[in-house]
Amino acid sequence: MVDFAMQANPAQSQAADSRARALARFKLSDAVFGWVTRLSALTVLLILSGVILSLFIGAMPTIQAYGLGFLTSQSWNPPLEKFGAAPSIYGTLVTSVIAMLIAVPVGVGVAIFLTELCPPALRRPVGIAIELLAGIPSIIYGMWGFFVLNPFLQGVLGSGLSLFTAGVVLAIMVLPFISSITRDVFETVPPMLKESAYGLGCTRWEVIRSVVIPYTRVGIIGGVMLALGRALGETMAVTFVVGNANRISPNWLDPGTTISATIANQFGEAEPGLYTSSLMTLGLLLFLVTFVVLAGARLMLMRLERRAGA
Amino acid sequence: MKDVSKYRVRARSSSIWMALSVAATALGLGMLALILGSLFWNGFTSLSPRVFTEMTPPPGSAGGLLNAIVGSLMMTALGVLVGAPLGIMAGTWLAEYSAGSRLASVVRFINDILLSAPSIVIGLFIYTVAVAPIGRFSGIAGALALAVIVIPVTLRTTEDMLRLVPTALREAAYALGMPRSLVIRKVIYSAAKSGIVTGVLLAVARISGETAPLLFTALNNQFFSWDMTRPVANLPYVIFQFASSPYKDAQSLAWAGAIIITMTVLALSVTARSLSGSRNS
Repeated sequence: MVDFAMQANPAQSQAADSRARALARFKLSDAVFGWVTRLSALTVLLILSGVILSLFIGAMPTIQAYGLGFLTSQSWNPPLEKFGAAPSIYGTLVTSVIAMLIAVPVGVGVAIFLTELCPPALRRPVGIAIELLAGIPSIIYGMWGFFVLNPFLQGVLGSGLSLFTAGVVLAIMVLPFISSITRDVFETVPPMLKESAYGLGCTRWEVIRSVVIPYTRVGIIGGVMLALGRALGETMAVTFVVGNANRISPNWLDPGTTISATIANQFGEAEPGLYTSSLMTLGLLLFLVTFVVLAGARLMLMRLERRAGA
Repeated sequence: MKDVSKYRVRARSSSIWMALSVAATALGLGMLALILGSLFWNGFTSLSPRVFTEMTPPPGSAGGLLNAIVGSLMMTALGVLVGAPLGIMAGTWLAEYSAGSRLASVVRFINDILLSAPSIVIGLFIYTVAVAPIGRFSGIAGALALAVIVIPVTLRTTEDMLRLVPTALREAAYALGMPRSLVIRKVIYSAAKSGIVTGVLLAVARISGETAPLLFTALNNQFFSWDMTRPVANLPYVIFQFASSPYKDAQSLAWAGAIIITMTVLALSVTARSLSGSRNS
């Protein structure tokens, strides 16, 4: 008995030893893994603050030189070091408004078709086809706009490269965002509500107008704002077709420019100093505006999710 | 009698609105067909073996896209290698470690915004931190800009996919005495593998067509180069440059580049879709 215990002891303590070592190793790797994931999550915040900080520092000289006048000045003359953002801001707003005027009704129409009218067998393929539009890179839209849409509109409207053309291309690009989000929120409407309305004798359109759309209003607005955020910041597609003319024209068929197009066209060859800094200021402006719009969109969609979850 | 005619008006207005919604869908699908159609038509007529074997030509002469294709592959690969692990790790933290933390909801909110943030601004950011201080454009800067775009995409899909893993699986693994990091690495990751791969594929699809962030980071290079510390040729930039060129040769190369990028992106999204589809069924 004693012999047996003495024989077993060293082996046992060895096992306990290696067990303790293994546990310690686990503990260490647990802690390391936890911290690595946590730090990775923090890079998201690092990127955001990096973007804002670097743009802000780059924009400082312009802000000091022009102050708020930069936003309203129309002149853009690099050799004379005169810079103003008004034409770019105007073009960004106009192209986005045109895009929204086209894409919102069409996108909501697509969502109505997919949720209320479409035969079930077609639902998936049509949905995927519309979403494919979102997967096409923006430079392809730009090329298509330049080589196909531009000559076509030149023939029909007499003006090819214009704010209007840019708005049309943007509308096609953001259409899938609006339609897929609207479709998703339409599907959250309780069938009971719709059936009750049908039971009262409502027509299909009346059900959509008086039940489905009021019930999902917040979500639709969220989707539209998300699309607006995209349209405001879109670069390549716009740069190809907007005409790149630095002026404000009330006629939407005239060429113009947008914030993103101005940066894309000029930053590469800009002289350091006020020129570069003015483009940085435009970038900062664009980022802040899209940030506010996208944050608004996110808050709207979160409100809807919370309601759906409750 | 009056009621019946009223109903007819309502029924007619309903059919008109429904017809409009069908028209909207037809318009959307028609646009897709038009874009893909003109792309395929112009793209496939411009594709030739030379596109894949020769360098980008100087203005006015014929050539290929080899250096741009290789440059794009290098930067995309490096961008994914840097961005995807960060995004996956961050998504892991959000899904597995962050229950109830305020920081997590902030990170998630900011990430959703970065997902749609204008990519040209990311180009300006990387220019400021990785090009201006060093004094020259480089492939590494381009890859960094792409990595910044990869992170939000992979983060989002990773978190969503990890949340789909049943809690019972985690509990079973804990009951065997596995430490947390092992549970995540060995059990949860293997359960969510196809979902995470889908996220990475979607991220690759997203960055392979990105142009704006490369304009001021990688710039362009007319020659073949493996050197990532110098400007590197890339397909999007070459397309941008050649499409606005007056020469037919250059324009046709731009179409060839466009079809290569689009086919890549479509193939990646189809693969991603079938991966996540097979998991659902």
